[in-house]
Amino acid sequence: MSTVRVLVGTRKGAFILTADGKRERWDVSGPHFGGWEMYHLKGSPVDPNRIYASQSSSWFGQIIQRSNDGGKTWEAVGNKFAYEGAVGTHLWYDGTPRSWEFTRVWHLEPSLTDPDTVYAGIQDAAIYRSSDGGQTWQELPGLRQHKSAPVWQPGAGGMCLHTIVLDKSHPDRIFVAISAAGVFRSDDAGRTWQPMNRGLRSEQIADPTAEVGHCVHRIAMHPSRPNVLFMQKHWDVMRSDDAGESWKDVGGNLPTDFGFPIDVHAHEPETIYVVPIKSDSEHYLPDGKLRVYRSRTGGHEWEALTKGLPQSHCYVNVLRDAMAVDTLDPCGVYFGTSGGQVYVSPNSGDSWAPIVRDLPSVVSVEVQTLP
Amino acid sequence: MIRVVLPAHLRTLARVDGEVKLEIAGQVTQRVVLDALEAAYPALRGTIRDHATQQRRAFVRFFACAEDLSNESPDAPLPDPVATGAEPLLVVGAMAGG
Repeated sequence: MSTVRVLVGTRKGAFILTADGKRERWDVSGPHFGGWEMYHLKGSPVDPNRIYASQSSSWFGQIIQRSNDGGKTWEAVGNKFAYEGAVGTHLWYDGTPRSWEFTRVWHLEPSLTDPDTVYAGIQDAAIYRSSDGGQTWQELPGLRQHKSAPVWQPGAGGMCLHTIVLDKSHPDRIFVAISAAGVFRSDDAGRTWQPMNRGLRSEQIADPTAEVGHCVHRIAMHPSRPNVLFMQKHWDVMRSDDAGESWKDVGGNLPTDFGFPIDVHAHEPETIYVVPIKSDSEHYLPDGKLRVYRSRTGGHEWEALTKGLPQSHCYVNVLRDAMAVDTLDPCGVYFGTSGGQVYVSPNSGDSWAPIVRDLPSVVSVEVQTLP
Repeated sequence: MIRVVLPAHLRTLARVDGEVKLEIAGQVTQRVVLDALEAAYPALRGTIRDHATQQRRAFVRFFACAEDLSNESPDAPLPDPVATGAEPLLVVGAMAGG
């Protein structure tokens, strides 16, 4: 029987949750790297025992950890993220120019074909690639040197490149999302980049339909439909049917279209999940109810999924990297909360159960489906 | 023999127990000690000093002989008791909450 391994990053360490394909009885390992902020852990799709992890702290900066045995043991690899060439400036919160400065790695995206190749999205926004298993990192500077970069501004969480989406059917194509610049796409393996924000509307910027400046929180793709992208923006849930060239609002009947994560069912490319959050200033659930919303129509029409989730006095948040799906049948859906709960639905969202209830605040959740 | 005491998180990262002992020839300064420390334990690179600027990270402190040496020049000689190994150089995580 297949097994699943859930990689959980929290504000104070990493946890690894494992179960068989029924996804009912769980083994919990951790904390790994206790006391450190674990922004993201993700395994290689071609070698699931190869896992990369971003470990950081205000005291001691950034560490990248690598496991070659599915998270049993780890080794620190390269942590030097040097900007390539002239550093340049972006805009600071007060509108003044500010030099790019490395803060942390938000997201690690292993290659779809090579376990030694992995991409890193960092704050201040840039993308790096390692082709030696994380020992050394080289920036793909065309993104940071895009002509629009001098007017990029940070979102409240910093100017982070938090989403990297690779496309197996177009090996040289990479999507990234930056708060608060928007979506960019490269079709030449990261050498050059184009903004992909047409159709987005953000009332929080002076020109609501500007080419850049949108606070995109997360984008997701189903591998069988590489031209279809789904987006949770600061406000608005959006969809593109042309690989990001244009976007349309598919928020439909959601109670609020603010939120962070969005993900796609493993076997139904028109089934998507979001967790609506009350507002950008409140950052908690509406009405004290933890509700995942599912659309089986690629947006517009949404249903609340509540079975097994708290429906009173619940005021947690679910962050952008804290939702994932496994590839079992039925598809499992997972998410983690700012209150330290990690929930699983082994039936595509129909019902939920907590795997753990009292971890540190959850930053990221990834899942590996193992044979 | 120079003795260095690391904070717990960096001992874990470097996979050491207790004090670190370093053999250093010539003048003993912060920079020389940290260079030797990072050479012996590469995982510590970037955790005490910034990779690019080589400046002390903001929430790291250097203490020795009950003195705060954090803002001394990295090329200033460390106190004699540190240079002789009588006293350790303490690398300390600042009281910064979090």
